[in-house]
Amino acid sequence: MATEAIGVRVPVHSTGHDLRAVKVVLHRELLRFVNDRTRMLSMLLQPVLWLFVMGTGLGSLVRGAIPGIDYRTFMYPGMISMTVIMTGMFSAGSIVWDREFGFLREMLVAPVSRGAIVVGKCLGGALVATGQGVIILAMAGLVGVPYSPALIVTLLAEMFLAAFTITAFGVMLAARMRNMQTFFGLMQMAIMPMLFLSGAMFPLANLPSWLHLLTVINPMTYAVDPMRHAVFSHLDVPAQVNAVLNPGVRWFDFQVPVGVELGVVALLGAVLLGVGIAQFRRAE
Amino acid sequence: MTDAAVAVHGLKKDYGKVEAVKGVDFDVAPGEVFGFLGPNGAGKTTTISMLCTLVNPTGGSATVAGYDVVRQRDEVRRNIGLVFQDPTLDGYLSAEQNLRFHAELYGVPKSVVGDRIRQVMEMVALWDRKDAKVMTFSGGMKRRLEIARGLLHSPRVLFLDEPTVGLDPQTRSAIWGYINQLRLLEDITIFMTTHYMDEAEYCDRIAIIDHGEVVVIDSPEALKASIGKDRVQIHTADDAAAIRALHDEFGLEAAVHEGAVTFAVASGEEFVPRLFAELGMPIRSVSVSRPSLDDVFMNYTGSTIRDAEEGAESGGRAWMRAMARR
Repeated sequence: MATEAIGVRVPVHSTGHDLRAVKVVLHRELLRFVNDRTRMLSMLLQPVLWLFVMGTGLGSLVRGAIPGIDYRTFMYPGMISMTVIMTGMFSAGSIVWDREFGFLREMLVAPVSRGAIVVGKCLGGALVATGQGVIILAMAGLVGVPYSPALIVTLLAEMFLAAFTITAFGVMLAARMRNMQTFFGLMQMAIMPMLFLSGAMFPLANLPSWLHLLTVINPMTYAVDPMRHAVFSHLDVPAQVNAVLNPGVRWFDFQVPVGVELGVVALLGAVLLGVGIAQFRRAE
Repeated sequence: MTDAAVAVHGLKKDYGKVEAVKGVDFDVAPGEVFGFLGPNGAGKTTTISMLCTLVNPTGGSATVAGYDVVRQRDEVRRNIGLVFQDPTLDGYLSAEQNLRFHAELYGVPKSVVGDRIRQVMEMVALWDRKDAKVMTFSGGMKRRLEIARGLLHSPRVLFLDEPTVGLDPQTRSAIWGYINQLRLLEDITIFMTTHYMDEAEYCDRIAIIDHGEVVVIDSPEALKASIGKDRVQIHTADDAAAIRALHDEFGLEAAVHEGAVTFAVASGEEFVPRLFAELGMPIRSVSVSRPSLDDVFMNYTGSTIRDAEEGAESGGRAWMRAMARR
């Protein structure tokens, strides 16, 4: 038994202290994910089902319409986004869990800024989601996508960006929510239409104008399209098939460049993060 | 600026029309163990929440460790440790990971984190379980771990909100052991709430709070001495008749508390023979006790703490806690 207390001086507020808080919240997110194998598996199963069951089934139906490419290759970038998005949302949902089980209180009474906690949570969610995406990335060969280092780096970066934004979105939703059921109900309600309208499941070319409008409004479109663009630029696809499967996004007559699309996602992520932090500041 | 560890002036909190805390005043000296005693719903938790910067007061002011709880929130937070009624641990992390998380969040200097974690965990006898996931811990172990965590950053004031509620007697006494050890070891002020009368006796001073107001503040000994009378409880076949007889024969005011006719009288033991001789009705049993804090509470508020709780408008949680205690 120690006889003398080890004195601790808690430092005054500083950026370094906030950074430490960001790091530890992030670290906890990773620990929690690594410890939870079931979650890892279930998050993985869904896109695999879509890719290899739905993709194979639908693929045999549309084979004639898209000569020279496997439908699953088309779906592949969509499934990467889907995995990343679901994982990111789940990470954000753990805030509601933390609130139900009291741990959120431990974070909110600490002498650190709410911003540090929210940023840590979003970065942690994004990192976990990217990690989960890596497993889908490893399956590239199975659907005829080459393992090119440039492609992998591009996809990783785009995955991280998409995951950060979606986690920020989830955190904003979770800020005021008091039970898991409500959160997951709302999450399903928000995610499903966004996913359907994002180009993850079917190409966004030649759609009726009302549907086209919805896909252009849908923010998730701007996360999926850059990934598809990256994958297709590493494939050898006939021009007319490319035009059908990888049409990009058009604002009226303006073909939106990938850089702008990524900018839209990043801007949205920053705004959602800001709203999330504001909500946590007020929630107390 | 003040030398007191906690200084409270006219602190108030209304929730709409309900006045949870109606303007309380008190000071806690550095190094003191100060108890806040009262029935559920008396305003204890609301007061402690205001002192911990979790709830904004609607009136009055308070300083903790010299900092204003409204204007210097972060400074207050840096200097206090908190143990809540409900657990705030992450069950999926190990005990040590929970403490490490806390150390990082409070910016404990990296060079001392490891040693300090070991020290506080040894104090609550959990060092050998440091790698176990918290979800495998019993309620008492969780509470001990929370106390260790509350101390990790060497707070000047440790707030304990009902630290022993729902725990078995053995763990309760262990927790009191840690608290007593703490006062010797560290330079710390302890502010706690409780509704266990026997525990309030361990405090240097207690404030009795009822219906959002501080009724009296003093040391347990002084409070008991101020009563000057013993408490006598009798069981009879007809309580109403017994109360009337006590009034008519002896001029004593009695009332039914906890199922027995209860009254206070000087030198109770000497009174008992007279009671049997002169009451004029059969008595089934009698007990005489020295004044306890229960009597102090009764003397100042007019009811025992348990009666007060049963009568009080209690929220769901207070009700559940009361049920759990049975």
